[in-house]
Amino acid sequence: MKFAVIVFPGSNCDLDMYHAVKDELGVEAEYVWHDETSLEGFDGVLLPGGFSYGDYLRTGAIARFSPIMDAVIKAAKEGKPVLGVCNGFQILLEAGLLPGAMRRNQNLKFICRPVQLVVENGETIFTKEYEQGKEITIPVAHGEGNYYCDDATLESLKANNQIVFSYKDDVNGSVNNIAGIINEAGNVLGMMPHPERAVDSLLGSDDGLTLFKSILSHWRERNAITS
Amino acid sequence: MLFEVKVYISLKEAVLDPAGAAVKGSLHHLGYEGVEDVRIGKVMTLQIESTQDKIEATVTEMCDKLLANPVIEDYRFEIEEVVSQ
Repeated sequence: MKFAVIVFPGSNCDLDMYHAVKDELGVEAEYVWHDETSLEGFDGVLLPGGFSYGDYLRTGAIARFSPIMDAVIKAAKEGKPVLGVCNGFQILLEAGLLPGAMRRNQNLKFICRPVQLVVENGETIFTKEYEQGKEITIPVAHGEGNYYCDDATLESLKANNQIVFSYKDDVNGSVNNIAGIINEAGNVLGMMPHPERAVDSLLGSDDGLTLFKSILSHWRERNAITS
Repeated sequence: MLFEVKVYISLKEAVLDPAGAAVKGSLHHLGYEGVEDVRIGKVMTLQIESTQDKIEATVTEMCDKLLANPVIEDYRFEIEEVVSQ
């Protein structure tokens, strides 16, 4: 399996993301600069955290129109796994691949600490290796992670089981304590917490590694590869 | 024709504005008890070369595509022709 790690000007979690899949998960990975226009040959797409384009205008608003984004949208439509973390999640929202928008954290502070998440849906391609309802520890690091959607959208997220991760306790004011959501098709996940920063117990938690293992195990099943 | 366009972007009424709420608290602290609500928005000033019949549609398109996020923001704009001296 081969992942593309998209690099925008201002991305700063791209190395962590690359390390998580290349060194900890042990699969192929390549950086892809935002100016590229093709994701041919990649089996999955990772949009890392950071401050693409300095968060100018709105978080993710300018990155959403980077040349590579047409290829990201194409990969999403083809059913390839697409994971956006933090700023990557914000870009997916701006691109319309996921519903809703981000507001500034309710307490107006940049929040950077490990938080407890609940795996609300353990049956997605990103979470199938987690137990349903499991509590995991993953760090957050964001100033604008206060997820917002209107009531109708929230009802449809609930009805379709699209809320994948929630904060066990309120962290930033997000609607319904939402930490991560998936698209209806089940192949595009956006989340504010950083699983790529939780891939080694030496660094506090390896709960995030299970997410990457899930993607790989799904890919192996789909391609009938026995490990 | 050169136009100067002012685009005003504000959070939708249903969306909480934590920064606005903090400013309101500060105004109360300063004794301005009458302040009932503060909403913080953005103003952008654009110079655009266009024509009288196209300019409005162009600016609307810019707002929908990039300048505002329709999920949480509303926008309005004012268009003025720049008269050269």
